[in-house]
Amino acid sequence: MEDGNFLTDDFLRQLINVGEVDILVGLPTHNNAKTVGSIVHTIRTGILRSFPRERAVIINADGGSRDGTPELITGVSIDDVRRDSGVYALRTLHAISTKYASTPQSEVAMRTIMAAAELLRAKACIVISPESESVTPEWISNLVRPVYSGGFDLVSPTYHRHKFDGLLMTNLLYPMVRALYGVRIREAYMPEFGFSGRLGSQFLGQNRWNDGIGENGTELRLTLAAVTGGFRICQSFLGKKDPVEGRAADLVPALRHSVGVLFSALEPDFNAWSTVSGSQEVPSIGTDPELILDPLRVNRKRLRDMFVSGVSELESVFQTILSAATLAELKRIAGLREEEFRYPAELWVRTVYEFAAAYQKSVISRDHIIQALAPLFRGRVFTFVVENRNGSASDVANHIEGLCLEFERLKPYLLEIWKSKQ
Amino acid sequence: MRELIISELTQAVQDLARGFAHYLPRLIVMLILAFVGWLIAYLVKIILRSILRLIKFDRLSENAGASQLLTKAALPSATEMLSRFVFWVTWLGFVLLGISVLGILGLQEQITKFFLFLPHLFVSVLILFFGMLAAGFAARAALLGAVNANVPSPRLLSLAVRSIIMVFVLSIVFEELGLAEQTMLVAFGIAFGALMLGLAIAFGIGGKDLARRFLEEKFVRTRKEQDEDELSPL
Repeated sequence: MEDGNFLTDDFLRQLINVGEVDILVGLPTHNNAKTVGSIVHTIRTGILRSFPRERAVIINADGGSRDGTPELITGVSIDDVRRDSGVYALRTLHAISTKYASTPQSEVAMRTIMAAAELLRAKACIVISPESESVTPEWISNLVRPVYSGGFDLVSPTYHRHKFDGLLMTNLLYPMVRALYGVRIREAYMPEFGFSGRLGSQFLGQNRWNDGIGENGTELRLTLAAVTGGFRICQSFLGKKDPVEGRAADLVPALRHSVGVLFSALEPDFNAWSTVSGSQEVPSIGTDPELILDPLRVNRKRLRDMFVSGVSELESVFQTILSAATLAELKRIAGLREEEFRYPAELWVRTVYEFAAAYQKSVISRDHIIQALAPLFRGRVFTFVVENRNGSASDVANHIEGLCLEFERLKPYLLEIWKSKQ
Repeated sequence: MRELIISELTQAVQDLARGFAHYLPRLIVMLILAFVGWLIAYLVKIILRSILRLIKFDRLSENAGASQLLTKAALPSATEMLSRFVFWVTWLGFVLLGISVLGILGLQEQITKFFLFLPHLFVSVLILFFGMLAAGFAARAALLGAVNANVPSPRLLSLAVRSIIMVFVLSIVFEELGLAEQTMLVAFGIAFGALMLGLAIAFGIGGKDLARRFLEEKFVRTRKEQDEDELSPL
């Protein structure tokens, strides 16, 4: 059990006042005043509608907001919710807030929420992203119920998403987690998720906190811990997920928090993933997620240009990361005209696996390895966009499935380069 | 006369023998010191080489850019170079210690100076190595940052970062070695000033179009770009 020494006295006092709970909703925030008010209202409505008899609490772990975010969370009146939703709670619905630091640190926020869940002996816990404007009361129920009454330990979300939304997920995280760990979890890097008190306690005790590896990738580490720990995992459909405004430009931080965390987990998890072959579906609850096919205007030229310039400018960096054959092939495709340019699945998988092995061997600074992947990922995005521009949902799904199978087929190659000395 | 010559010769031989007898033990001590020094230096070399291999020093050196320089000069690896350097310095130290035992006037002062210089030499080598490491790291960080931000001429930027850091490092190394401090100070001032002026002129005049394009790309979104949707990676 985690000792909770890092929690403030004031926060501990508030937790003692709450007592034991059945459901805990975690809300990590930092300057989310624009969206958090309506999200808290939705959370409260979801709990009142679906779990009126259960003891519930909303825990806000705030990273030093200056826009009044915590006040908005603790200030939402239960009467407003009752008036709007027309339902009445039989229990008090607490909302407490703690400021864990003056700067946002996702890892500390998650640790605070998990420690609170352990102290309050919460049976089911969920975490909601404060940026998810599309959250509905049904999301709360769909995340809580599989844990609370279904006996699952981790609930990973699925959404209706645009076919070109979350391309890092579809082109790297999902296929690689599936090929290596043998589980088909669509959203391994989860903005919203549910977990049992059992999983939370185990993760809290075993996770290497403050190791500096994944300051913002705790969600992915929780997924991998659940997989390697043999916990019961399911996927629950939530609804349509709108992309978060302003996130698109943040490719390098996104790579750090997701791919960096995945690569860093491969070393301690080696015994778990090296023996796995093939992959299994995890139980899914609710509707199957669909791909939205609305037309999107994508600057393909910019994507390709950044790939070409990356391959040319970073050649000295790639020489330390990639094999000579892979680098030669990348240089060859970088020289192709735009209409002929394709970054084939096999080459992409080889690239990613060689990056993972280079990361493990720390051939250069690990952060630099992750940054060097960005221009290559843009080349892969270009190819994915071109291949699926006019594709139907099933065409896109087939392309993703084909990529996943390629990741599974080339897994022995990763093992080979992983074990090699050079 | 004959007796006088014989006496003088005998005296000279006796003096020589006495002198030789006086120096012989010292010579033996010097030879022993040189031999023991060689053994110790060899041992230090072997141990240091093992440690450097264990900590993957060659990889560090590769990151610092030192390995590339050594390869270009057809020299052995950084691990081998450092091991040999330590071997020779250690052995030379013992040999000089031995020579000082001989008590030759004039040499004593030079030997003392050499021993006083040794710490500076070690510190300089360390500063140079870690300076090259820092320069290599910063240059690569600048290169990656510039490529991912789509900044024009990322390699030039990276080279500028490396050069600035190396100029600083070399000036510190020369200062530590006490070599031509005034000259180095002036040379550093001129080199640094020239570099900054060069960059300013290059960016201000030669690269004005480049700068304008960069600033436009950074701050002014065209109508076409405004119409384009952004792709969220996660």
